[in-house]
Amino acid sequence: MLKIENLHAKVGDKEILKGINLEVKAGEVHAIMGPNGSGKSTLASVLAGNEKFDVTQGSVEYNGENLLELNVEERSRKGLFLGFQYPVEIPGVTMANFMKIAVNEQRKARGEEPLSPAEYLKLMREKSAIVELDSKLTSRAVNEGFSGGEKKKNEIFQMAMLDPKLAILDETDSGLDIDALRIVATGVTRLKREDNATVVITHYQRLLDYIVPDYVHVLYKGRIIYTGDKSLALKLEKEGYDWLINDYKEE
Amino acid sequence: MGKDNQNILQELETSDYKYGFVTDIETETIGRGLSEEVIRLISQKKGEPEWMLERRLKAYRHWLTMKHPNWAHLDIPEIDFQDVIYYAAPKQTKKLNSMDEVDPELKRTFDKLGIPLEEQMALAGVAVDAVMDSVSVKTTFRDTLAEKGIIFCSISEAIKEHPELIKKYLGSVVPYTDNFYAALNAAVFSDGSFCYIPKGVRCPMELSTYFRINAQGTGQFERTLIVADEGAYVSYLEGCTAPRRDENQLHAAVVEIVVEKDADVKYSTVQNWYPGDKEGRGGIYNFVTKRGLCKQGAHLSWTQVETGSAITWKYPSCVLLGDNSSGEFYSVAMTNNFQQADTGTKMIHLGKNTRSRIVSKGISAGRSQNAYRGLVQVAKGADNARNYSQCDSLLIGDKCGAHTFPVIKNANPSAVLEHEATTSKISEEQLFYCQQRGLSAEDAVGLIVNGYAREVLSKLPMEFAVEAQKLLSISLEGSVG
Repeated sequence: MLKIENLHAKVGDKEILKGINLEVKAGEVHAIMGPNGSGKSTLASVLAGNEKFDVTQGSVEYNGENLLELNVEERSRKGLFLGFQYPVEIPGVTMANFMKIAVNEQRKARGEEPLSPAEYLKLMREKSAIVELDSKLTSRAVNEGFSGGEKKKNEIFQMAMLDPKLAILDETDSGLDIDALRIVATGVTRLKREDNATVVITHYQRLLDYIVPDYVHVLYKGRIIYTGDKSLALKLEKEGYDWLINDYKEE
Repeated sequence: MGKDNQNILQELETSDYKYGFVTDIETETIGRGLSEEVIRLISQKKGEPEWMLERRLKAYRHWLTMKHPNWAHLDIPEIDFQDVIYYAAPKQTKKLNSMDEVDPELKRTFDKLGIPLEEQMALAGVAVDAVMDSVSVKTTFRDTLAEKGIIFCSISEAIKEHPELIKKYLGSVVPYTDNFYAALNAAVFSDGSFCYIPKGVRCPMELSTYFRINAQGTGQFERTLIVADEGAYVSYLEGCTAPRRDENQLHAAVVEIVVEKDADVKYSTVQNWYPGDKEGRGGIYNFVTKRGLCKQGAHLSWTQVETGSAITWKYPSCVLLGDNSSGEFYSVAMTNNFQQADTGTKMIHLGKNTRSRIVSKGISAGRSQNAYRGLVQVAKGADNARNYSQCDSLLIGDKCGAHTFPVIKNANPSAVLEHEATTSKISEEQLFYCQQRGLSAEDAVGLIVNGYAREVLSKLPMEFAVEAQKLLSISLEGSVG
């Protein structure tokens, strides 16, 4: 589904990604961990097409297409979803209206008719239940006055609404209490299917108690320096990163 | 800032002004220029009584002594008032009895404007007075309204058929001495709408006027007078469009509203005169005086969505004369390319316990200049007056300007006056967030702008609100790459 080869990217003059290699297949869950400033969020932004970053080298193939040639909304319409670490507020635009436009844009791209109001309401009710999102939130402005937990739940709600092929969740667990974490994580798990894939970027092992990854990657200084299975996360939780990154510190 | 989004926010192309067509219809005009002779000719063409002509001449003589107002934050090129045609009418020889007799070309124009002039009107429940160039073409639904004693007709007809009302109210809120353009309008106004709602009557449908400038080189000077008698209610809509032309055209209207004791008037405008092209060529100069007088317990609400005109100079105001009266002003003013707008309101608190509320949302894009100018005045005897003002500005790109000139004059210590102001920009993060969900950059900006303006748009009648939303998005086309 996703094949990243030797990806380099910079912001301004500063190179942040220094040769990422990663392959994600349908049905898989990948976790990307690593210390602060290692480039995890940059990787998510670059994959979503944020123009703040310049890709200087490498390639990204997404379902047989050159992902880097697509603009932000094209990537979205082809099923790539980014769960934001810091969701943005859009005053005056209700969540329900925002999602309606988004869902129908995606349908249009697939050559489908827009949903009728009744169909849309049904979909919204069904999907907000997955993350136990208070139905009142959908009639409020996008992320405006949402608590930290509500914002994150709202990201997963949007993911459920858009039913992406590839979801990249950027620190969806940060700032969540244990209940919210459980709700968000089980939401993600319930959306998992054989034909989609999830990349979870996280700091903490505890998220991975609920979302069981097939692979855990450690990102450090712009490169994936180690890949293991879910036991790696536990080891990292216990022992930290030092044993891994010592070899790289000289660079 | 990313390259593409930078372009999205800054690159400017003109948007397509979809109302920019010209109707090919025979027009009767008089020559360019203004003189007593021209005023006599206008009055004569309209078959007006002598007293009306006298009023016009008096206004004209006063106008000659006045200077063009230059205090606004506008760069107004010198206007040659002798180069304007002051009267143009679609040529029609006989009086019309039904819609079938209206010139088909003219009907097509109104169809293109999306004005359902006929049966659709019944469904829409809107009564329309359409003013093309200088003459009121057709007033629908007059009979239905007449049953309730409501008068809704062109001002020319009102002058002939209801002289007592016109004599009493015309110029009572905006006298010809008020300002330069009010004087000019009083001298040369050619048509407009008149509406009278009798005591205690609630007007059962939205009343609506569409103004259209078609003929080349003409000015349009319409005059609107609305009188809501004691305890009456009316909701009034006004829409404006004009063809795309390279020259500038002049529009100087006066709207007067008399809101008698305990009456309630809601006046909504969607102003979409041709704004000129992306180089700033052409477009309408829009100099408008709008004011309402509120008697005891009366309520007046102005809602305006201003997207058109090369220059807008307009301050719909409320004179809160009666005790316990209240006024509201909700405005969205959007400027793009080289448009200039100086608009706002005046709330004059004279009576006791009077209340006013101002919500102004400015949106500037391109190289446009957008100013809010407001006056909140509380007179000595206006005990317990209250005002809340909120003035927000939204900037798109970095070559436009937003300016706020709020003035408060308070002569009564019991007044409670609040003022809030914000200035914001559409952020890269907001755009990226929307695009990541599948919206194009252009749709994203339209959505964000509509969200920003929502508080005002929600005050518009349903059908108008939908139109206004589309208009805001269309007017931004090109400002976002």
